[in-house]
Amino acid sequence: MGYTENELAKDLENQEYKFGFVTNIESDKAPKGLNEGIIRFISEKKNEPEWLLEFRLKAFETWKEMTEPEWAHVHYEKPDFQDITYYSAPKQTKKYESWDDVDPELKETMKKLGISMEEQQRLTGVAVDFVMDSVSVATSFKAKLKELGIVFCSFSDAVQEYPDLVKKYMGSVVPMTDNFYAALNSAVFTDGSFCYIPKGVRCPMELSTYFRINEGGTGQFERTLVVADEGSYVSYLEGCTAPQRDENQLHAAVVELIALDHAEIKYSTVQNWYPGDKDGKGGVFNFVTKRGVCEKQAKISWTQVETGSAVTWKYPSCILKGDYSIGEFYSVAVTNNYQQADTGTKMVHLGKNTKSTIISKGISAGKSQNSYRGLVQIHKNASNARNFSQCDSLLMTDECGAHTFPYIECKNSSAKIEHEATTSKIGEDQIFYCLQRGISEEKAISLIVNGYCKEVLNQLPMEFAVEAQKLLAISLEGSVG
Amino acid sequence: MIKIENLHASIEGKEILKGLNLTVNAGEVHAIMGPNGAGKSTLASVLAGREEYEITAGSVDFDGNDLLEMSTEDRAREGLFLAFQYPVEIPGVSNVNFLKTAVNEIREYKGLEPISAKDFMQKVREKSALVELDSKLASRAVNEGFSGGEKKRNEIFQMAMLEPKLAILDETDSGLDIDALRIVANGVNKLKSPENACIVITHYQRLLDYIIPDFVHVLYNGRIVKSGPKELALELEEKGYDWIKEEVDSVNA
Repeated sequence: MGYTENELAKDLENQEYKFGFVTNIESDKAPKGLNEGIIRFISEKKNEPEWLLEFRLKAFETWKEMTEPEWAHVHYEKPDFQDITYYSAPKQTKKYESWDDVDPELKETMKKLGISMEEQQRLTGVAVDFVMDSVSVATSFKAKLKELGIVFCSFSDAVQEYPDLVKKYMGSVVPMTDNFYAALNSAVFTDGSFCYIPKGVRCPMELSTYFRINEGGTGQFERTLVVADEGSYVSYLEGCTAPQRDENQLHAAVVELIALDHAEIKYSTVQNWYPGDKDGKGGVFNFVTKRGVCEKQAKISWTQVETGSAVTWKYPSCILKGDYSIGEFYSVAVTNNYQQADTGTKMVHLGKNTKSTIISKGISAGKSQNSYRGLVQIHKNASNARNFSQCDSLLMTDECGAHTFPYIECKNSSAKIEHEATTSKIGEDQIFYCLQRGISEEKAISLIVNGYCKEVLNQLPMEFAVEAQKLLAISLEGSVG
Repeated sequence: MIKIENLHASIEGKEILKGLNLTVNAGEVHAIMGPNGAGKSTLASVLAGREEYEITAGSVDFDGNDLLEMSTEDRAREGLFLAFQYPVEIPGVSNVNFLKTAVNEIREYKGLEPISAKDFMQKVREKSALVELDSKLASRAVNEGFSGGEKKRNEIFQMAMLEPKLAILDETDSGLDIDALRIVANGVNKLKSPENACIVITHYQRLLDYIIPDFVHVLYNGRIVKSGPKELALELEEKGYDWIKEEVDSVNA
């Protein structure tokens, strides 16, 4: 003990002031708006090397020339990019003075999720002493990882401590010019996570941002880079099932995965950003670029359970570069009220004997719109490539929509591609059947929906799957009509 | 057990039950027969609590409770079980998980602790043997890919697991071959006790060779128009329903 979070915060505060900035910026929060000065400010604030500043500035130049994409099946008022604060130090994140100040609705939801009291308090930033406990837990994990040579730290730390690795791999899968939001992220990202698994090492635990508590409150523009060296394995969990009431309008994250020869990365996400209220007001715009590259006999498996955000635009993809590499995508996307989701994957088969599997389960409720958009691309050298896609949609009401946009581009005649799709409405008969057996409507919907999503939920690590199930039930509470 | 008085029910403005009276006591088996469209399945649906039906008059007392005031799930938790004519498929949800949820919801309602995994599986083994249901079916998704006979046996298996006070079998014999019929009927007979009761809704007399009713009622035009001992079923089998229709219509004329 002896070093409390308050003291840590104080230290950080002093540190910030030490830098002494140009012009009139006195706080550790950048003024609203985006220009070259802001980017230089962020980079300086983070004490970044010259090459990274150049990376950012180049991305910014590219971004200025780009226009926001409109091809997705979503409608929203475009964010005003000059009305966003691009840098705000972590201590600015909202904290509650005491447990009594926490929004009761938020407490109720967390209770339903089965999150322990301590965890609830930690998530809302209350109870310093518990945070201390948690820090020590995190530290003991870190020691274990260090022993194996595994690097797991914030992106900012990685830039300082492992610049060569970051420089080598950053932007190698998602180039800064990739798309509008990736370019924006490349210019202004403030933090994120970095993970490196050395050759032949099998990471003994699920790596999760959960353990990196004191680096919580990552900004709107986070970047994740996971590098699995030859023959290594890692399972990475992103996000937290707790209701992060983030009021930020825009989240534009970039995730890059690199699986070198014979390596395997399992990347699981449970996302429940604020979806807006029942009338469709507010909520997060979640525009994320996620992509992984597989070298020889490598495997990348994406699993996502998406229940949050007002607008989601996200396509975790695999570039199957090496021969015999494998890409998988398992997804459950739930939309309720006025939520809109356009999500799916891209499987790009470059190497021979590459294999991909896509299992997508969309659930639409309320007046929401849920779209699957997927691309299976077989390049001319990808002989014997195989793909299996299954896209199912479940409708909860008469007012919602489900859409499927599968694209297939095949340039090799030896490829084998299968696509299956179904659309069904949740049956009043199914619910009545459950009720007649004494099961409440809430539990009935949860049972039916979880049954429908089983193939995807089975891919999640145990505890995560349990929370995801509860989350699905909460997202769809009272939604049958 | 259950006392139905002057029950009137309609769907989409059309009256189906027109003043139905029926009393079933504990330990009794009642068969309800009748021509197509008489209201047999409506009676089952109304008692179970399907929302599409509007109750316009009458009362139903179920073990001292006003049944019509109770929610569908509470009726089930109080011990009313409906074996469906067309059992519903629930993909991805295993039979075992489904039943465990049901058993525990009922236990919670009664203020009991959830059943232990060991006791539950023991019960599954015991009861699936009763209806000669392959134990593999217990771990498969609810009714998914089941044959017609398997679905009906699964209904009786569920009934055995939930141990209801009053079971209503809605045309459980329809679509069953003779072996399946025997198995289903054996299951029902083995579950019979002085504490519970059973209403068997059927179109044919066939099932009643195996499940011997204490009373047979004829439902016609929304009312019970004739009641009698088990021999009435045989008479109906032999003579059809026309003579009853004529009898009723001449009285009404």
